[in-house]
Amino acid sequence: MSFELETAISPEKLRRVAIDPVSRVEGHGKVTILLDDDNKVHQVRLHIVEFRGFEKFIQGRPYWEVPVMVQRLCGICPVSHHLAASKAMDMMLGVKQLTPTAEKIRRLMHYGQILQSHALHFFHLASPDLLFGFGSDIAARNIVGVIAAHPEIAKKGVLLRKYGQEVIRMTAGKRVHGTGSIPGGVNKSLSADERAELLKDIYQMVAWSRDAVGMIRRLFEQNLAAYNEFGRFRSSGMCLVRADGAMDLYHGGLRARDADGNTLFDHFDYGHYWEVIAEDVKPWSYMKFPFFKSLGPDAGSYRVGPLTRVTQCDSIPTPLADKEREAFVAFDGGSAAGATLGYHWARMIEMLHAAESVKDLLHDDDITGADLMATGQRQERGVGVIEAPRGTLIHHYRVDENDQVIRANLIVSTTHNNQAMNTAVREVAMKYLSGKEITEGLLNYIEIAIRAFDPCLSCATHALGQMPLEVALVGADGTLIDEVTRDQRGLTRALA
Amino acid sequence: MTAPTLIFGWGNPSRGDDALGPLFVEHFQSLAALHPEWGEVECLTDFQLQVEHALDLQGRRRVLFVDASLDTPAPCALSRIEAARDASFTTHAMSPQAVLKVYADIEDGAPPPCWLLAIRGERFELGEPLTEAAQQYLETALLVAADWIASAA
Repeated sequence: MSFELETAISPEKLRRVAIDPVSRVEGHGKVTILLDDDNKVHQVRLHIVEFRGFEKFIQGRPYWEVPVMVQRLCGICPVSHHLAASKAMDMMLGVKQLTPTAEKIRRLMHYGQILQSHALHFFHLASPDLLFGFGSDIAARNIVGVIAAHPEIAKKGVLLRKYGQEVIRMTAGKRVHGTGSIPGGVNKSLSADERAELLKDIYQMVAWSRDAVGMIRRLFEQNLAAYNEFGRFRSSGMCLVRADGAMDLYHGGLRARDADGNTLFDHFDYGHYWEVIAEDVKPWSYMKFPFFKSLGPDAGSYRVGPLTRVTQCDSIPTPLADKEREAFVAFDGGSAAGATLGYHWARMIEMLHAAESVKDLLHDDDITGADLMATGQRQERGVGVIEAPRGTLIHHYRVDENDQVIRANLIVSTTHNNQAMNTAVREVAMKYLSGKEITEGLLNYIEIAIRAFDPCLSCATHALGQMPLEVALVGADGTLIDEVTRDQRGLTRALA
Repeated sequence: MTAPTLIFGWGNPSRGDDALGPLFVEHFQSLAALHPEWGEVECLTDFQLQVEHALDLQGRRRVLFVDASLDTPAPCALSRIEAARDASFTTHAMSPQAVLKVYADIEDGAPPPCWLLAIRGERFELGEPLTEAAQQYLETALLVAADWIASAA
């Protein structure tokens, strides 16, 4: 990845544009752009105010509470934290293999999470940009516009999301703060009624997921050059893969490849992730920048998530999704597989894989079994890694002899993607903004690049009255030249 | 059978006063059990409001949304809400008005009558307990909600 535009030579002489916070992104994101008098871009930085208090939040707690507690770190992907923590605590308990029922119930929960998360992102957060155009009228560029113009698409999004939530509710035991996954296994399996209830609609979910893959493919075909080039950059990647190299979103070994496709490590035991990954810090960002140790901090940054998973696996173990994977990597000579907007296509392939996996698991009698727990020899340390909707999620705990957590380290997918998102934003700023008058439509290009990664900033708080978007143009002397605010009612107004 | 009255509170129980929504629901559920004259009431909570919550409104006669609020004067404010498009449509956390709008669009009809009970919150940090002030606002909010449900029962 390139570091061009990370730091300007003479920033004091430049104008500053801030997008603060970035809309349609969970948590707090801010982009600053430094421009000269001719609007030429000299510096672009994505600042993510990463919340670092969770280690303290967890320390001192008994280990068995952790899989439930960590769900409160994030209102967007609580199930991913629930499962990653459970896997870490399995290792801490010395459990090397779950019972078939426990593993399949956890997988079912995880695929439900992938399904609902990807559906929300594609249909409600990304589709307004894709269906109406990147710089289209902001009044229509939202989900209401999608509902008005494409009501059937919006409704599918709501129902896919709802179905995924129902899978989670039935496997986790509750709609929110589920307790289904516990250290060493699960505390419930599916009842016959729950299984029948989920089976009723699963074929529809598979069909709609397949339609969604077709929809993003058509969008690529209709906008081939623009989609392929938008925010494009070369990057290494990392994800979990199964022992045979197939996609596995729940468990496996770590696979990393460089930008040329050369393998850096494969089937690496994630219990020792720190031997291959380190985290760099930069003075201008609170969020760390992970990198592959073998390549060093400058060349070793990488990306995670759907695009990496779909392109780095050897196959997908469900037939419809695997066929779509083959079509994706072959499309236009492989161009979409390296495009930032290829994330959306890959995300829909994964949604299809999740729907197919739910269907297969619902036909497996093990999900109604009674053998729920496994045991092992207690350890001091546990590492759990899962492929969350947004990418690789690492939970690492150390537990003392009193069963209390004394150390916790979490590396979330958005942190893995920190450098990649910065690079994508710089590519877009250079290509679309540099030398032009900055407009809301052009600034949305920046946001589209960030949204492709579907970043989640570990922030579950909210309150009525928050401002979703502020754009400030500041002169070289620091004076406010112009500012536009979009409030909760969707109004846009110039303040200065 | 769908309960005619839905009480829906949201927020993160581990983020200080953001817990007001779920805590309100917990207390109100206990209260409703003592008041059969209020009729059947379903109480739901979640971290954040999202599109699928529009489906929870199906078959209701009335709905009360409850959330912590930074810009509501203490202790709380009860207001009737209507379906509306706002910027929260395209975020990970929607407003109740936006959820009503999703209902209206996907059901092709008006949502049931809905109210929002916004309870003043002061601090929202992870791992913090409810503030003393919020505890008092919560008690007042429960009285306001009891009046609301009794008047419409």
